[in-house]
Amino acid sequence: MEKRQRKLKIKKHLVHLFLLPAVLLYGIFQLYPLITAALNSLYSFNGFDREKFIGFKNFVTLFTEKPYNEFFFNAISHNWIYFFVTVITQLIVSLILALIIHSKIKGKEFFKSVFFLPKLLSVIVIGFLFSLILNPTRGALNNLLEGIGLEALTRPWLGSMDTALFSIIFVDSWASIGFSMLIFLAGLQAIDNEIFEAARIDGANTFTVITRITLPMLAPALMVMSVLVFIGSFETFEYVFAMQGSSGGPYYSTDVLTTFFYRLAFGTVDGGQAIGLGSAVAVVLFIIIGIATCIILFFFKKKDFER
Amino acid sequence: MHTKWYVQFFKYLLLAFFTFIFAYPIFLMITSSLKSNVDIFTNPLSLPSSFNLDNYFEVWEVVNFSSYIWNSVIVSAASVFIVLFVSSMAGYYLARYQFKWNSYLLLFFMIGLMLPMKLAVIPLYMIMMKLGLLDTLFSLIFIYVAGGIPFAVFLFYGFFRTVPKALEDSARLDGCNDFQIYYKIVLPLMKPAISIVGIVNLINVWNDFFYPLIFIRTDSLSTIPLGMLTLFGEYDTQWNLLFAGLTLSSLPMIIAFLFASRQFMESLTEGAVK
Repeated sequence: MEKRQRKLKIKKHLVHLFLLPAVLLYGIFQLYPLITAALNSLYSFNGFDREKFIGFKNFVTLFTEKPYNEFFFNAISHNWIYFFVTVITQLIVSLILALIIHSKIKGKEFFKSVFFLPKLLSVIVIGFLFSLILNPTRGALNNLLEGIGLEALTRPWLGSMDTALFSIIFVDSWASIGFSMLIFLAGLQAIDNEIFEAARIDGANTFTVITRITLPMLAPALMVMSVLVFIGSFETFEYVFAMQGSSGGPYYSTDVLTTFFYRLAFGTVDGGQAIGLGSAVAVVLFIIIGIATCIILFFFKKKDFER
Repeated sequence: MHTKWYVQFFKYLLLAFFTFIFAYPIFLMITSSLKSNVDIFTNPLSLPSSFNLDNYFEVWEVVNFSSYIWNSVIVSAASVFIVLFVSSMAGYYLARYQFKWNSYLLLFFMIGLMLPMKLAVIPLYMIMMKLGLLDTLFSLIFIYVAGGIPFAVFLFYGFFRTVPKALEDSARLDGCNDFQIYYKIVLPLMKPAISIVGIVNLINVWNDFFYPLIFIRTDSLSTIPLGMLTLFGEYDTQWNLLFAGLTLSSLPMIIAFLFASRQFMESLTEGAVK
């Protein structure tokens, strides 16, 4: 009898095997590296090896010492520009497209699929493709502009400091608009049709319906998309890398925190490897993105915990 | 409902304009891949004069394209399968068994949802060095699996909670053990969750460039996105090859999308909102 009970007990413990692989894989290859990356910011480094504990000195260097502080503030300012321009253009365009597709038109599925298609391509493929399209002499864009008599508008899109960052933002938006459009469409479909009917019976015109009913009802979707764009703008790496290389050229005019981090971590330019400093940049990004994600989780994961 | 004709006209005009914006670069990529380098140089916007697949054969020869595709397939298939298997079990555990540490476990997984893993790349590099996995496909598979787990666990956890417990209880009375219940009763009900997790991870892994850039040094172990870097580094003046390479690497996803566009779009939106 006792033997049987012990056997049952062992059997009961076997249930933890369900959890074990996920915890191990995630713990070893994600959580542990994340924590180590954060702790690394408190050490000085010699190559890949920790040298000694130096407290917050890496952060002080990053924020106050030339040339690091110049690189840092230059890069983070580009991340902010990236965010503001993307959030405005991407959200407005995708909202308009979602509203049109949600209205009475033919070929909804076709337009949805076409707008969404770029999202499926690798960011590096998109980046390389547009580096060809935006090429000053051989590229399709300048040739197209010349062809329709707009020579005045042709320029070295990626080679000029004035347009390089905006060109990258354009490419990013090109790839992401279809996705945010789908999020808005899902939001629109969730709104009860009776509300619109009622508004129309009360004599509201389209403009009033959109500003007074549709937009307020879409507020959660807008919120989520803004935060996703924010996270994307601070995590962005591949587009810059593909079109401008790891130093965010020309003259660091498209340098962002991740490319700066990449150079510090793998020492491709400006004086070799500086893992401590790189980890400090990572911690700054952890904090920025962590706060943003908390906002989004607060909105949408709350329901998971309400048991 | 009555809509004025000029409003409709304006809507279609806008849609046509954006169709051009979104489709033209892809169209240009495909048509240019059929042209000769001279032709691209002199008439960048013209359509190809003949249907010529030479560029594809050449790009297949000059870089290790068959290895790139093979590596991408192996890494994607292994990562997606392991993520599905491991996370569905963990999600089931969290949703079904009431242990006191469950809420801490959810928090534990949530950290991974909150922080960008890219930035943990230096410690990851050192782990892979110690395990002797640098410059192997295993390094990529481990990273993608670990990166996919938090999202997948939360999604499965949410879905498993919607399955009525009575179903499992009756199976248990019929003599199923816990693993059989999970495998035979619950998992088949999870098809929507499986397709969301599968598609989201497949797209992420298939298209990822960052981790191969860091962890893969040998060209014949490159995945397709990293192979593009080799191609652009070595043949930067031969645009016919570049366009052919880009088209070849996008084709699998485009074809998959043509067959299952609805599933792709639904999975990605569900994945974002859930």
